Amino acid sequence: MIPRSALDAAAVNRPLRGRAAIAGAATYGCGEAPGMDDMTLLARAAQAAVADAGLTMQDIDGIATCSVASSMWAMPVIEHLGINPTYVDGTMVGGSSFVAHLLPALRALEAGQCRAVLVCYGSAQRSATFGRRETQAARRVLDPQPYEFPYEPVLPVTAYALAAARHMHEFGTTREQLAEVAVAARAWAQKNPEAFMRDPLTIDDVLAARPVASPLGVRDCCLVTDGGGAIVLVRADRARGLPQPPVYVLGNATAIWHRQISCMPDLTTTAAAQSGAQAFAMAGMAAADMDMAQVYDAFTINTLLFLEDLGFCAKGEGGAFVQGGGIAPGGRLAVNTNGGGLSCVHPGMYGIFALIEAVRQLRGQAGQRQLARHRTAVVHGNGGTLSSQSTAVLGTADAL
Amino acid sequence: MHMSAQTHYQAELDAGRFCIQRCPQCERHVFAPRELCPHCGAGPLRWVKASGLGTVYSASTIHRKNDAGGNYNVALIDLDEGVRMMSRVEGVVPEAVRIGQRVQAHVAQQDGRGLVLFRPVQPQQGGAA
Repeated sequence: MIPRSALDAAAVNRPLRGRAAIAGAATYGCGEAPGMDDMTLLARAAQAAVADAGLTMQDIDGIATCSVASSMWAMPVIEHLGINPTYVDGTMVGGSSFVAHLLPALRALEAGQCRAVLVCYGSAQRSATFGRRETQAARRVLDPQPYEFPYEPVLPVTAYALAAARHMHEFGTTREQLAEVAVAARAWAQKNPEAFMRDPLTIDDVLAARPVASPLGVRDCCLVTDGGGAIVLVRADRARGLPQPPVYVLGNATAIWHRQISCMPDLTTTAAAQSGAQAFAMAGMAAADMDMAQVYDAFTINTLLFLEDLGFCAKGEGGAFVQGGGIAPGGRLAVNTNGGGLSCVHPGMYGIFALIEAVRQLRGQAGQRQLARHRTAVVHGNGGTLSSQSTAVLGTADAL
Repeated sequence: MHMSAQTHYQAELDAGRFCIQRCPQCERHVFAPRELCPHCGAGPLRWVKASGLGTVYSASTIHRKNDAGGNYNVALIDLDEGVRMMSRVEGVVPEAVRIGQRVQAHVAQQDGRGLVLFRPVQPQQGGAA
């Protein structure tokens, strides 16, 4: 049974609509950054985002950050940057965290608790000497899932494979339709010099790729890269006096229904159905009003699930929606215009990079991949095993 | 002694018994094991013997090199009591595990610990496999 929420986001959160804006955004070291570590990538991204906002690090008095490895991550980040924040958010709900950091930051800015919030992340997942094997072994102890681990699911991919298998069973979704997601992401990546994988990719390539957990093969899975990303949030009135065109936060909501995939109520409906509805209610908008969607594509099935749950198509119709280049350049909806986690960047957690790509598109700074219509964007973050879902609606001054 | 739900669950399995929980107030079955009923908040939950009958809700073949043991199945099973659990369906090749297939639990001993695994129910055996 699908959980229900009593929150009337249109009433409760609407007053915060457009009251804060993203004034600075930057990535750093995306792809391979040998010799770097998480903090170095974070610090360089933070420095670039703060400069992009026309501010200095001493102007930062709010911080939102988290890490896969370190449970007290805000403290070393504060120490490293030499800041003294009066607002601290260390919420860690997996890859959606940085999207989920928006609404609390909006409240803090509106209340005067702080004046500039830095949302930041860095991970040298690809190049770090403390490798994925060690991290995975540590997490078995630190983040136990005792009713799943004995069956040796390779996580997270197995969880997403189970969702994909169920989606195929219920709705007749095909592996070719899943492959369309990876092919579209690659086509966008080919227009993005920052993207890690830019070689041509066909549906046949995806279908013939090494199988990992059926029905998913390796090209259905996100990259493992290095990378840092950061944004700076300020009140809207202040943003208007800063160098970059403000990107207003029009809506945000977060929903979590489970941790373990075996405890997910229905594998074909994610909590994005709730976070999306509440974020759109806050914004007073709907999927049809969006010029683009930047969704967390950890695996190809994610994109189908989120397009459905966010309301771009009916439940079960995600496969048909993406078919025939539906979300590729020139398609019916621009999705993951940087190449996404599948082809651009995925250093452990991707949420901040989806936000940054939306900012670049909305500002009109996306180079060869720039969309002609760039007034509104929905950004959707996912964490764990389809466990945490956070949706943000962003817009330019035209969307206010 | 107040045992954690996980400790109790495993102790039953180690003794060869597959037990799940049931809420004393709303009477719904609960899995994964926990302290309070996720439906109504009541506790403590009671332990009851599981029927062991279920239906495959979803399944995946995990690809593994032959010298590491070869491919294996991971499945989500909806028990007839109305709860879902992760497990493995054995007795057929992983690729032959199908969504909607009826399965029957047994408690295997693996590294000295009890573990719930499933086998397909053979129609001619009338579900008593």
